Amino acid sequence: MAKLTIPQEELMSSGHIGCLGCGATLAMRYLLKALGKRTMVTIPAGCIAIMSGIYPRSFLKVPLLDVAFETTAASASGIRAALDAKGIKDVYVVGFGGDGGTADIGIQALSGTAERGDNIIYVMYDNEAYMNTGIQRSSATPFGAWTTTTPVGTTGDFKKRPKKNMVEIMVAHDIPYAATASVSYPEDFVKKVQKAKDMDGTKFFHVFSPCPTGWRFSPEMTIQMGVLAYQTTVFPMYEVENGVYRVTKKPAKRKPVTEYLKLQGRFKHLDDETIEIIQKNVDKNWEMLLAKAEFTKKYAE
Amino acid sequence: MPMDVMTGNSAQAYGAKLARAEVVAAYPITPQTTVVEKLADLVASGEMKSQYIKVESEHSAMAACIAASATGARAYTATAAHGLALMHEMLIWAAGSRLPIVMGNINRAMAPPWSVWADYQDSIAERDTGWMQFYCQNNQEVLDTVIQAYKVAENHDILLPAMVMEDAFYLSHTFEPVDVPPQKDVDDFLPPYDPPIKLDVDNPVGLWALVPPDHYMEFRFKIAKAMEDSRKVIQEVDEEWEKKFGRSHGGLVERYRMEDADAAIIAAGTMSSTARVAVDNMRDKGKKVGLARLRVFRPFPYEEIRQIAKEVDSIGVLDRSYTFGHGGAFYTETAGALYQAPERPHVKNYVIGIGGRDIPPKEIEGILEKVLSKEDGGEVEWWGLRTSGSREVN
Ligand SMILES: Cc1ncc(C[n+]2csc(CCOP(=O)(O)OP(=O)(O)O)c2C)c(N)n1
Ligand code: SF4
Repeated sequence: MAKLTIPQEELMSSGHIGCLGCGATLAMRYLLKALGKRTMVTIPAGCIAIMSGIYPRSFLKVPLLDVAFETTAASASGIRAALDAKGIKDVYVVGFGGDGGTADIGIQALSGTAERGDNIIYVMYDNEAYMNTGIQRSSATPFGAWTTTTPVGTTGDFKKRPKKNMVEIMVAHDIPYAATASVSYPEDFVKKVQKAKDMDGTKFFHVFSPCPTGWRFSPEMTIQMGVLAYQTTVFPMYEVENGVYRVTKKPAKRKPVTEYLKLQGRFKHLDDETIEIIQKNVDKNWEMLLAKAEFTKKYAE
Repeated sequence: MPMDVMTGNSAQAYGAKLARAEVVAAYPITPQTTVVEKLADLVASGEMKSQYIKVESEHSAMAACIAASATGARAYTATAAHGLALMHEMLIWAAGSRLPIVMGNINRAMAPPWSVWADYQDSIAERDTGWMQFYCQNNQEVLDTVIQAYKVAENHDILLPAMVMEDAFYLSHTFEPVDVPPQKDVDDFLPPYDPPIKLDVDNPVGLWALVPPDHYMEFRFKIAKAMEDSRKVIQEVDEEWEKKFGRSHGGLVERYRMEDADAAIIAAGTMSSTARVAVDNMRDKGKKVGLARLRVFRPFPYEEIRQIAKEVDSIGVLDRSYTFGHGGAFYTETAGALYQAPERPHVKNYVIGIGGRDIPPKEIEGILEKVLSKEDGGEVEWWGLRTSGSREVN
C-alpha cells in the first residue's frame, strides 16, 4: 500500500450539506488534518456556514464559531486574545472565509488583524464568486467570467476586471507567511500549513476551491479543474515567507488557458480575442512571479 | 473615606479594570477617546492584566469582544455615536449569542450635521438590539454600574450584554469625586466569568449555525424572557452593592421627592441632577413636584412607571432624543406602559437638550410648572428651540 503523506485523522465529519464535488469543503478537511485537534475555527456567512446543516449540528469535530460575514479576522483575533488571557498557548486559531468574505466585505478586518500581527491562521477558500447567495461576482471573480451579476447578456457584460490579488495584499502587510494552495494538491497544502502554523503572527492561505455549481462543470471534475488551473498557471502554487517568494510547484510544461476555460460553462461566451487577453495576462503574471522569486531569493534567511 | 477625583471616562476605565476585564477591544471616537487612552495606560503600566486589541473599527471591536466572550473571557469595549451605529449588526449578534459583554457608550448626537455633544439618539436607536441599557447621572455611578452590569449580565438566567451610558462632556470630561472600591471587595462581589457554554478544544461545540423556523422563535423568546427577568436581577445586584459598598443607584428607577407629589417628571442622565435642583426650587415655593430618574431603559421599568402613575396626576417625560415619527422614546414607552395601567395621569413629552443644548434648572422649572398645570397644547413639545421664539409645538 502506498504510504499516506497526510494525516489520516478526520476532523471534519462526513455528511456535510455542500454540493457534490464542492472544493471548499476539501480545503477545510485538509486544513484540519494539517492542524489537528487543538484548533478553533471561526467562519463567516458563505457556503461554509451551511455545511453543518441545521441546528444543533456541527460539521467539525473542533470548536466552531459562526460569525457575521465581514468579521472573520476580527473574530479570530478575539478568540486569540481570550486564549492569551487564559494562558492557553497550544491552540491554533483559524479564520476560514470565502473570497467574498475575505477580499471584499471582510478585507478591512483582515487588514487590521494582519497589521497588528495577531497570531492566527487565515484561510481564504476561493470559489471565485459569492456562491452561497447565488453566484454573484466578487473581486476575486476572474476576468471574463459569467456570474449572475455579470450576466453577459447581449452586450458582452462579463467580468471586465482582473481578479484581486489577495496574496500580494497580504504580503504588503509584512506578515511572516502567505501562500497559495489548491484542493487538488493536498500534500502541498498540508505541508505549507505545517510549515507556517507555529510561526508567530498572521498566516494567510489562498486556497483554490473549484465550485461545480457556480463554475458550471460537472462535480466529478473538481480535482481536474484545480490540476488544470495549476498546469496553465491560471493559479500558480507559491509561498511568500517574510517577503521571499518561492514557487512550490512548477508545471513541466504550461498548458494553454483554453484547456482550463473550455471545461467551464462560466467562460463559454468568450471569443478567441478575449481568450487571448486572458492568456497574455496569465503569461505576464507567471513571468512576474518567477521574477519575484528570483529577485527575492537573496533575502532568504 | 478618601476619594479620587476623576472624569466619567476614567470611571469607565477603572470600572473595567476593577471588573478584571480580560479582553478589551476598542476604537477611539470623541468623546470616548479618553476611555481607550486610560485603558491603554492601565494595561501599559501593568496595573490592568488585559489583552487589549487595538482594532481598526468599532465593528471589529464588537466582533472581537463577541469572539473573546464566546471563548470564555470577560470582554469590555467603549464607544459613542457613530461608533455605536457602526456596531449595530454586531450588537444584535452579541445579544443573540447571549454574551455578557459590557460596553461604555458616551452618549453623543449623530451627524449630520456633525456634533460631538450629548444626546441619546445613538443608544436609543439601539434599544431593540437585546442589550440592557443603563443611563448614569454621575461618575461614581458610571464606575459602579460597569461592575454591576457584569454581575447582572453574567447571571446564568440573564446572559445578555449591557451598555453603560454617560453623557458626552457633562460626565465624560468632567472631574468629580469618585470612591474607587478596593479590588478585593470587587472580587468578592463579582466572581470570575463562568459561562455555561464556550469554545473549548476539550469539549468542542459549534455555535450559531443555521436555525430553521421551527426553533428560531424560541431563541428569540428566551432573549425576551431574560430581558424581562433582568429587572429583578438589576434590582438585587444594586441592593447587594449597597450592602457591600454603602451606596445604591436606585435600581431601575430612582425616585426623588416623590412623596405626596402631584406632578412628576421622568428624565435620565445628567439632566436628572439638574432636575433635582429644579424640584427643590419648586418645593421651596410649595409646589408638590418630584422626579423619577430612569436609570435603566432596557429592560423598560414599566411597573415602576405604573406605580408613579398611581401617585401623581400629571407626568412630563423629558427626552434627550426623538423618534422621527412621534415623540421621544422615553415618552412613547412610558405612554405605552400606562395604557395598561388602571390610572392614567396626564402625560406630555418634552424633547430637550438635543445635541448637547444646555438645560439650566429654570428650563426644567418651566416644564414642571406646565406639568403641574396639566397644560395641554399638544402631546410632544420641543423645548427651547431657537426658531419661533423659544418653543414649537406639534
Ligand atoms: C453584511 C452582510 N451582507 C450580505 C450578506 C449576504 N451574504 C451571505 S453569504 C454571501 C456571499 C458569500 O460569498 P463568499 O464569501 O465568496 O463565500 P461563498 O458563498 O462563495 O462560499 C453574501 C453576500 C451577509 N450575510 N451579510
Ligand atoms: S456552491 Fe460551490 S462552494 Fe458552495 S457548496 Fe456548492 S460547490 Fe461548494
